[in-house]
Amino acid sequence: MKVVVCVKQIPDPASEYTLEPDSHWLVRPTEQVLDDTDRYGVEMGLQLAQEAEGGTVTLVSMGPAGNMQGIRQALAMGADKAVVVDDAELRGSDALTTARILAAAIRREGFDLVIAGTESTDGYSGVVPQMVAELLDVPALTYATSVEIAETVTIHRQTMSGYDTVEAALPALVSVTAGVVEPRYPTFKGIMDAKKKPVDTLTVSDLDVDPVIDQKVTEVTPAPERSAGTIVEDDGEGHLAIIAKLRELKVI
Amino acid sequence: MATVWVFVQESDGAPSTLGLELLTKARTLGDVTALYVGEGSESAFATVGEYGASAVYHLTPADALVSGPVAAAIAGLVAEHSPDLILFGQAYDDRDVAGRLAARLERTVLSNAVDVSLGDTVAATHEIFGGAQLAMSTITGERPYLVLARPKSFEAEPSGGPAPTVTPVDLPDVGAAAARVTGSHVEEKEGPQLEEAAVIVSGGRGLGSAEKYALIEAVAKPLRAATGATRAIVDAGWVPYAKQVGQTGKTVKPAVYIAAGISGAMQHLVGMKDSKTIIAINKDPEAPIFSVADLGIVGDVNSVLPKLAEELERS
Ligand SMILES: Cc1cc2nc3c(=O)[nH]c(=O)nc-3n(C[C@H](O)[C@H](O)[C@H](O)COP(=O)(O)OP(=O)(O)OC[C@H]3O[C@@H](n4cnc5c(N)ncnc54)[C@H](O)[C@@H]3O)c2cc1C
Ligand SMILES: Nc1ncnc2c1ncn2[C@@H]1O[C@H](COP(=O)(O)O)[C@@H](O)[C@H]1O
Repeated sequence: MKVVVCVKQIPDPASEYTLEPDSHWLVRPTEQVLDDTDRYGVEMGLQLAQEAEGGTVTLVSMGPAGNMQGIRQALAMGADKAVVVDDAELRGSDALTTARILAAAIRREGFDLVIAGTESTDGYSGVVPQMVAELLDVPALTYATSVEIAETVTIHRQTMSGYDTVEAALPALVSVTAGVVEPRYPTFKGIMDAKKKPVDTLTVSDLDVDPVIDQKVTEVTPAPERSAGTIVEDDGEGHLAIIAKLRELKVI
Repeated sequence: MATVWVFVQESDGAPSTLGLELLTKARTLGDVTALYVGEGSESAFATVGEYGASAVYHLTPADALVSGPVAAAIAGLVAEHSPDLILFGQAYDDRDVAGRLAARLERTVLSNAVDVSLGDTVAATHEIFGGAQLAMSTITGERPYLVLARPKSFEAEPSGGPAPTVTPVDLPDVGAAAARVTGSHVEEKEGPQLEEAAVIVSGGRGLGSAEKYALIEAVAKPLRAATGATRAIVDAGWVPYAKQVGQTGKTVKPAVYIAAGISGAMQHLVGMKDSKTIIAINKDPEAPIFSVADLGIVGDVNSVLPKLAEELERS
């Protein structure tokens, strides 16, 4: 079984995110990390590939490759290879352009199952996987909290009231929540092996896609902030400050 | 006049609140048609009319996974009627349908909008960086424009419109892209619901374990409050997703929001920062939640919450 996992490299979320002055594109340093959201997809892919005999896991990613640290993180977990599409023409890509590039790269690799996260940490459009599925003409089994593969693929799809069981034939795309599996930490051997694993770098001309970017950011302003109020150190009576506040608000 | 279509999903036999919010906004932008997904009923359609839709396309996916056939059907309607704008909510099925539809129509989708206007092109204000900043974006290219708006961006208000004309729409067979819903597991919904409650008590990872969520329930009960949670503890399986507040959960605006053991990540704040009063309990004085709190208690939830519950029971 051939599993493709869509993974994104993002600026370290612990660092401050900044935008380039005129284009309003996110500044992407040379060293980026694997989006934490995608560690779940990678782990799920590894587990499913292992269950199926001779399964493989290929990573597909679009964006400035930098020093590939984020991609190496995913390879160190155990993925077999990576395909990274990096092209200056793709800076400022909107959701559809991103999906068209990913779909083209995935088709080029071939697949039985595509796995993605539910929303990326830096962009969180939350629609790229569904677009990829439509472009590949496969079902999108989204928001999975569990995934099982037999003849078909069956997931628990998170809903506001619980979950639905959803089933489809392969090939298919699954988007996974952070509750789906517990991602492994790379071992020392994994980290060493990752350095030797194949990483193909593609540009737009390798894929049959004409990138048209229709969404343009014209202006960015800070969101209105709320000001802080009173801070009380709990000395054993902190709860009384809350009681007083609730009284003042006539909640009690 | 512009033609605006609104994706309205059914929830418990009636149009969802999110759908009604979108209809309210849509009627300021043009002539409104609802894309109604669900069983449907005369009263449900009447409500959709009251909130501004003059027409309804009724789509009934039965046991099919919504996204494939509904997106294909809407694509067919678009080819026939050329709307200017299609509004969706930032919600699961909305995202799935909008994403698939966008790929079919070769138009992008603008996500996380909190406001939208329609002129020569569409312009939307949308949250970025977890809500820390607001960006203004436009979409160029051909119509329709597709926009996903965050819940609670617009207040749902009826306009007293008449019952709309309803047209049932056949769902096409999507072949290899089809999926089936074979079962539905519904978790018990007890007590006040997050969207309606005047008081919400929410817990985060600082509670330490799933069992400690009982502390949140103990404080909520005497206040007749709804209970909420961060994504961290939903993902950990401590509480169901229905309790999640934030960017990828519910957006709430209660009179009082009590956050216990919650760090206050941007993605959580974006779902609750418009609460009238925020009270936070966290043992770390540097926790970002304190920067939005009207009252902050620097302390241990294990000590503050039980005493608070006891005091509330007494008063
Ligand atoms: C794309 C995306 C979408 C997201 N959507 C959401 C969303 O919808 N909702 C959401 O909530 N999050 C969301 N998140 C996750 C968010 O970034 C945070 O990781 C999450 O909100 C943290 O949850 P937490 O506050 O429970 O945990 P933590 O950040 O781990 O904070 C725990 C807090 O508890 C405090 N604490 C520990 N022990 C005690 C004690 N004994 N007494 C008192 N305090 C204590 C600590 O000081 C700390 O501040 C999203 C993230 C991404 C990337
Ligand atoms: N540039 C990208 N490269 C690889 N995968 C991506 C990219 N953008 C989005 N994805 C995938 O789509 C998911 C949802 O992303 P988004 O639609 O940006 O919220 C992510 O978790 C990834 O799995």
